[in-house]
Amino acid sequence: MLKLNHISKYYNAGTVNEMCLFQDFNLSVEKGQFVSVVGSNGSGKTSMLNIICGSIPVDSGTIYMGNKNITPLPEFKRLRSIGRVYQNPAMGTCPHMTILENMALADNKGQSFNLRPGIRRQRLDFYREQLKTLGLGLEDKLQVKAGVLSGGQRQAMALLMASMTPIEFLILDEHTAALDPKTAETIMELTGKIVKEKKLTTIMVTHNLRYAVEYGDRLLMMHQGKSVVDITGSQKAEIRIEDLLEKFNAISIECGN
Amino acid sequence: MTLFLGIIEEGLIYAIMALGVYITYKILDFPDLSVDSTFPMGAALTASAILAGISPVAALFLSFLAGAAAGCVTGLIHVKLKVRDLLSGIIVMTGLYSLNLRFAGGRANVPIFTQETIFENPFLGSVVPQGLTAFAVVLILFFIVLVCKVLLDLYLNTRSGFLLRAAGDNETLVTSLAKDKGTVKIAGLAIANGFASLAGSVYCQHKGFFEISIGTGTIVMGLASVIIGIQVFCPDHRPYLFRLFGRTIGMRPTTAVIAGSIIYKACISLAISLGLEANDLKLITSMLFLIILVISAQRRKKVKAHA
Repeated sequence: MLKLNHISKYYNAGTVNEMCLFQDFNLSVEKGQFVSVVGSNGSGKTSMLNIICGSIPVDSGTIYMGNKNITPLPEFKRLRSIGRVYQNPAMGTCPHMTILENMALADNKGQSFNLRPGIRRQRLDFYREQLKTLGLGLEDKLQVKAGVLSGGQRQAMALLMASMTPIEFLILDEHTAALDPKTAETIMELTGKIVKEKKLTTIMVTHNLRYAVEYGDRLLMMHQGKSVVDITGSQKAEIRIEDLLEKFNAISIECGN
Repeated sequence: MTLFLGIIEEGLIYAIMALGVYITYKILDFPDLSVDSTFPMGAALTASAILAGISPVAALFLSFLAGAAAGCVTGLIHVKLKVRDLLSGIIVMTGLYSLNLRFAGGRANVPIFTQETIFENPFLGSVVPQGLTAFAVVLILFFIVLVCKVLLDLYLNTRSGFLLRAAGDNETLVTSLAKDKGTVKIAGLAIANGFASLAGSVYCQHKGFFEISIGTGTIVMGLASVIIGIQVFCPDHRPYLFRLFGRTIGMRPTTAVIAGSIIYKACISLAISLGLEANDLKLITSMLFLIILVISAQRRKKVKAHA
C-alpha cells in the first residue's frame, strides 16, 4: 500500500556538515496496518514521515502509494489522501478562526474551495456530533476561537479534523508528546478508536514506549536511519516495554551515550 | 464644515485601499509594499482612460483588474521565485513607477479637471441641487466603500475566503487541506492590490488629476488605518474599551478599518491645522504612524501582563 524504495537522504550535502540520514532505506506498509515507530532523537523517525508526506525532498529513491509513484508530487497534493497530526497542537487548527469555522474548513478538504458559503448549515449537527465524541464539551463552544483552547483540546480537534474527510493514511508525529499524561491518554484512546472505525493505514511516531506496545499491529524501532526492530503479529502482541527498553539501551551504548 | 467633509472624503477614499491592506497585513500577515505603486497605477490608468473617452465607471473596474494583476505579480515573485515578502513588494513598487509614467502617457502629471467623472457628470448635475454637490460626493464615496466592504465581508465567509484566512493563520493547515498555500497568497495579494488600485482610480476622479508621487506613503496610511481601526473598535483586541450600558461596542474588522482610515485623516488635518505646513505632510504621516505603532505595542504588553 505504501512503499519506500531505496530512499537516500543527505542533510547539508556538499558541505563539511554533510550528514547521511538514510541510505537505501526501504519500508513497506500494508493496507490497514497500524505501525508504531520508536527510536532515539535523530534516528530519522520524523524525517521518514516528512519524506512520506513530501515536506522534505529525497535525494534518490521512490515512494509508492497504492500503485502510484508519488515521489514527484508536492506536499499539498500528497496530503489529499493523508491526514497528519503534528507534535505541536497549534499546527492542526487556525487559532483566529472559531471551532465551527475550523470544522467547516476540515470538512471541505478534497472539495473545491469556491465562492459558496464557508459554513454549511445542514452540517452543523454533524459537527456537534463529531465534537461530542471527544467528550471535551467543545460541541457547545462552536463560536469560540480555537486559539483559546488548551493544547489537549486543540490536539483532539486536530485529530478530528485530520480524519474527518475520507483519507487512506493517518500520519501521527509524536502527537501526544506536548500533552499532560492524562490528556495524552485521552488522545491515544481517541486515536485508537478513529483508526479502528475508519480502518486507516496509520504510522505513529512516539517516544512513549507503552503506547508503542499497546497500540498498533506492527512495531518499528529506528536507529541511525535504519529500522533495527520490525515486528508484527503475535511477536508484536507479546512484546513488553522492558524488552524494548533493553533494546533501546543496547543501541544507545553502541553510540557511546 | 468643508474641513469636516474633506476629512470624510479623504478617509473614505483611502479606506478602500486600507481594506486591501487589511487583507495582506492582518489576514495574510504579508507586509505588501506594492500598494505604494498600485494606488498611483489606478490613478494613472483612470486619467488616461477618461481622456481616451472610456466611461468613468468602467475606469473603476479597469483599475481594479490592473491592480489585481499587479498583486498577482508580487505574489508570483514571492511564491514562485521565492523572494522574501518585503522584497517582492519593493520590486513591484519600483518597477511599476516607470510603468505608471507610461500608463499616464509619459507625463508625471495628468489633469482631467474638464472631464466627466463619477463625481461630476451631466446626470448628477441634473439630479443633485446646486448647494448639495459636496454631500453628493460623500454619498457616492460612501456607496463605493460600502460595496467594497460588503463584498469583502461576503468573500471572507465563502470557502475560498476561509482558506485565505487559514493561510494567514496557519499555513500548515492549508497544506493539510491539500491546497497550495502559494496560490491562496497570490489570490489574497491580487484582491488587496485591486482595492488599492481602485482607491487610486477614485482618488484621481475626485481630485481631477493624476500625479506620479501620490503613491508615496500609501502603505503607511493603510497600515495606520488598519491598526487604529482594529485597536479601537474590535472587541477581540480591546475587550475593556467601549463598554456602554453593559454592552461591548464592537465592529467587524472591515468596518473598523474604514473608521480607522477616517480617524487617521482627521489626525493629519488636526496636525496641519495646528500650524504644520502641507509640505510636512509625509513627515506627519510617518510620525503619526510611529506613535500609533508604539502605543499599540504598549497596550498589547499591558493586556498580556494582565492576562
